Amino acid sequence: MQTVKMVVTGPFSAGKTEFIQSVSEIDVVSTERKISSAAERSVKESTTVAMDFGRITVDEDLVLYLFGTPGQKRFDFMWEILSEGMLGFIVMVDSTRPETFREARSILETFRAYAPTPYVVAANKQDREDAWDLEDMRHALRLDSKVKFLPCVATDKATVKSVLLELLYSILAEMESGG
Amino acid sequence: MALRGNLRDFTITQLLNLVNLAQKTGTLVVDGPSEQAYISFREGKLAYARVGQDDGSLAMVLHKANKLTANQYRAIVERTGKISDKELGLLLINAGYLSQEEILMNLQSYFTEIIRRLFTWVEGFFRFEGDMLPPEDRINVRLDLENIIIEGARQLREWEQLQDEIPSLEMALKFTDRPLKNVSLSVEEWRVVSYINPKNTMKQIAQTNKMNDLEIRRIVYGLLQAGLVEIVRPEGMVIPVSPKTFPTQNKEEQKSLVNRLIGRIRSL
Repeated sequence: MQTVKMVVTGPFSAGKTEFIQSVSEIDVVSTERKISSAAERSVKESTTVAMDFGRITVDEDLVLYLFGTPGQKRFDFMWEILSEGMLGFIVMVDSTRPETFREARSILETFRAYAPTPYVVAANKQDREDAWDLEDMRHALRLDSKVKFLPCVATDKATVKSVLLELLYSILAEMESGG
Repeated sequence: MALRGNLRDFTITQLLNLVNLAQKTGTLVVDGPSEQAYISFREGKLAYARVGQDDGSLAMVLHKANKLTANQYRAIVERTGKISDKELGLLLINAGYLSQEEILMNLQSYFTEIIRRLFTWVEGFFRFEGDMLPPEDRINVRLDLENIIIEGARQLREWEQLQDEIPSLEMALKFTDRPLKNVSLSVEEWRVVSYINPKNTMKQIAQTNKMNDLEIRRIVYGLLQAGLVEIVRPEGMVIPVSPKTFPTQNKEEQKSLVNRLIGRIRSL
């Protein structure tokens, strides 16, 4: 059996676990814990402390694993471990929480430094009324116009599929260009 | 959707950067600790600003700049209360009291000073109103934001925040498409700029200029905020792709594998 992996990363509460849950054929193996900090608890009740783990069986010979990184900064020692051998990565950003944009950019830069693999950025919660416009987010995140920046709703399978496909197209394009 | 948020998480420098890069037109309303500021932009350039109880009128600006005495100011407000700033400006120019350049320079200084004040606000809420244009009876300027942004970025001293902004010094820098003209840089900033090249990592630039990690990060942060440079992977940097990435080393088999993944995701 051959296996490949992709990493879903982003700040705390960006929607990484939901993203993986939307497409994983198994219940996401999640190492979630009750949140200890009061500030973080006001955003959500539990968080991923080590990683999320989802699976998509491609055929009898090939399986794709999706790994979600812990969003809280104090677990960033896990990032490099999880990024080892990834095909590519997705950076999730909560479109309704501009206070997390700086951290999202920092995570993106950190992962770019780890590995030369393709990546896309997904603007999650674009269905919410208080979501920032994609163009404003692109500028706030300082994303180059060549970086794929995609609208997403992590609980909506169709948009999650579209994000995964865009990443795969980027991987294929890079292979074809000899990268 | 209007841009809105909290200054604690999204600084004035970052907001100006966004307005500059997106070439926005509208008014940024900032509710600070004890007063409210209105900063208006046209196509990404500073057009007008006022703060607190100040009405932002030309007479008030000139009075604050000691170009009008208290008596002159009072007389103008009392007698010409109904005329617009443009009309007042013309009257002053025609009377030979001030030149057009002096009027514009004083307005620019006043607006820039308001933004400098905003840089010190760390608490407060902001919202950007795209349909709120600068008042028509006021004189608008067209001031590039790059220098103001760099000035604001220089005030950022927190090591932790700079590390968040620039986590790795092993990356390189390249200039964006924005021209590097009319930008006022310090000697240290120019020393960094002169070595910007996708071949040089930030660490190398720092070593060459005998700067420590904090100093190089601070300078690069300002250049990034002003949209003058972007972070890129260093040219020629060999980062071995992990052998674990693909279960096979054959390029054709790797492509076939990615195509199978694409087919599977489409069918989900």
